[in-house]
Amino acid sequence: MKESNTILPQGKVTGTQEIVLEIKNLNKSFGDNHVLKNFNMKLYKGENLVIMGKSGSGKSVMIKCLVGLIQADSGIISVMHKDITTLNQTALDILRSDIGFLFQGSALYDSMTVRENLEFPLRRHSSRFEKNMDTNTLVMEALENVGLAHAIDLMPAELSGGMQRRVALARTLILQPKIILYDEPTSGLDPITAKEIIILMQDIQKKYNTSSLIITHDVDCARAISDRMVLLIDGTNYAEGTFDALSVSTDPKVKAFFKH
Amino acid sequence: MSGLSNIKSHIQTFLKEIGELSYFTARFFKESFRKPFEFKEFLRQCYSMGNRSLVLVGITGFIIGLVLTLQTRPTLMEFGAVSWMPSMVGISIIREIGPMITALVCAGRIGSGIGAELGSMRVTEQIDAMEVSGTNPFKYLVVTRVLATTFMIPLLVIIGDAIGLYGSYLVEHLKGDVSFQLYFNQVFESLEFGDIIPATIKSFFFGLAIGLVGCFKGYYCGKGTAGVGRAANSAVVFTSLLLFIIDFIAVFAADIFYDL
Ligand SMILES: Nc1ncnc2c1ncn2[C@@H]1O[C@H](COP(=O)(O)OP(=O)(O)O)[C@@H](O)[C@H]1O
Ligand SMILES: [Mg+2]
Repeated sequence: MKESNTILPQGKVTGTQEIVLEIKNLNKSFGDNHVLKNFNMKLYKGENLVIMGKSGSGKSVMIKCLVGLIQADSGIISVMHKDITTLNQTALDILRSDIGFLFQGSALYDSMTVRENLEFPLRRHSSRFEKNMDTNTLVMEALENVGLAHAIDLMPAELSGGMQRRVALARTLILQPKIILYDEPTSGLDPITAKEIIILMQDIQKKYNTSSLIITHDVDCARAISDRMVLLIDGTNYAEGTFDALSVSTDPKVKAFFKH
Repeated sequence: MSGLSNIKSHIQTFLKEIGELSYFTARFFKESFRKPFEFKEFLRQCYSMGNRSLVLVGITGFIIGLVLTLQTRPTLMEFGAVSWMPSMVGISIIREIGPMITALVCAGRIGSGIGAELGSMRVTEQIDAMEVSGTNPFKYLVVTRVLATTFMIPLLVIIGDAIGLYGSYLVEHLKGDVSFQLYFNQVFESLEFGDIIPATIKSFFFGLAIGLVGCFKGYYCGKGTAGVGRAANSAVVFTSLLLFIIDFIAVFAADIFYDL
């Protein structure tokens, strides 16, 4: 019934194929709405995996299950070899500090300045850094990474959509996560700004050698950044492979994503 | 028939809300005893609540004192009992009108504000962002706000009472040439602990109700901007209803208590 043309990761992935993130048979429904049905996925160390799916197909639900924001009905979710469903709150918090999450609408705290937004994750996780590490230095460094050091004392409402997304990215990076989850990083942005964000994501990947899971329905974004892709269709991992392989697929449901 | 079933469904929804609110309240008490306590955020909330509602509480209190005195004056004159005015106004303001009016004003001002603020934080995923960055959003947002209203409403009630009594004194001073000292001597002479203690306890419960309902509605806000509007609006409606119920119970309980 399901055509799954699995292709091993290519591109940047080199050396040992360590799995940093894995989902097995994930199921989640809201009432009668069966959003995810036996969804499977693996993220290898150092790779950029793009998950593509129509809007409302359950991409955000899936990524939120990954960090325990939504409780899955069944299935195994392991992050760096730990099953997140079995962790207590403290262990979960520690694990979460290794995972950066860029939310769909940036999700900056709008009652706080840019500086306070960036300092917020440090409140609980300052132990990750050396004792005498200056938070100010960390905040400046993170903002310089996204080219927004001058905006440090502004409020989120004073920033453009693109700048907000950059600040959100800086906030995600400040704890130096090993895995970054991007929920539609380019949605709601104009094509030029979207491109800037993609370049920024690539720079970050190079600089910190992170593993990234990128959710999108933007074909340009997927082409630019993906080492490998998973298509989320009908609540499951319908097809997998590189961008080039999938874009020439003959399956009508897969083809629908790539024609303009 | 359809009218009857309509009423039935309204009552059902209301009871369901009460059940969910009780669960939320239990969680509030549980989490408020867990460390760490977000003292800075608590102070910030107290300050902003006081700042936002002080003028409003002052104006309504003043007008109520003024109007109450003007309206009852002719009747008391008829019975030759104008000299009872300070006692009558003092007791009615301190026991009933002051706490009730202040709480209703604050339900509109503070309760709806909390509902809208937390609602928009929920909808824009700021609450999720807080949770993944290791800060318990229930403690940071809900516990601080509920404690702040519980602490600030009684304070605002005292201020409202004082300004209301001052308004009443002004009328007596202009119309009956009563001195400040005489007026307030009479007010305090006629007041007993049995007037002040139940009113103060009641005010704490009013504050608790305003904070809890506002947070409850905002924290579980529905999707989109419509959800935020509904959260703010239903916070006010539900709180107002609850205030009258608490008032009824409080008066009833005080009555039984002092009969013994
Ligand atoms: N908290 C929730 N309660 C009920 N239904 C939800 C909830 N979150 C998401 N859904 C439903 O799950 C489906 C997938 O949503 P989502 O993951 O946000 O889609 P997308 O792929 O666009 O990110 C939608 O039909 C949505 O209505
Ligand atoms: Mg989404």
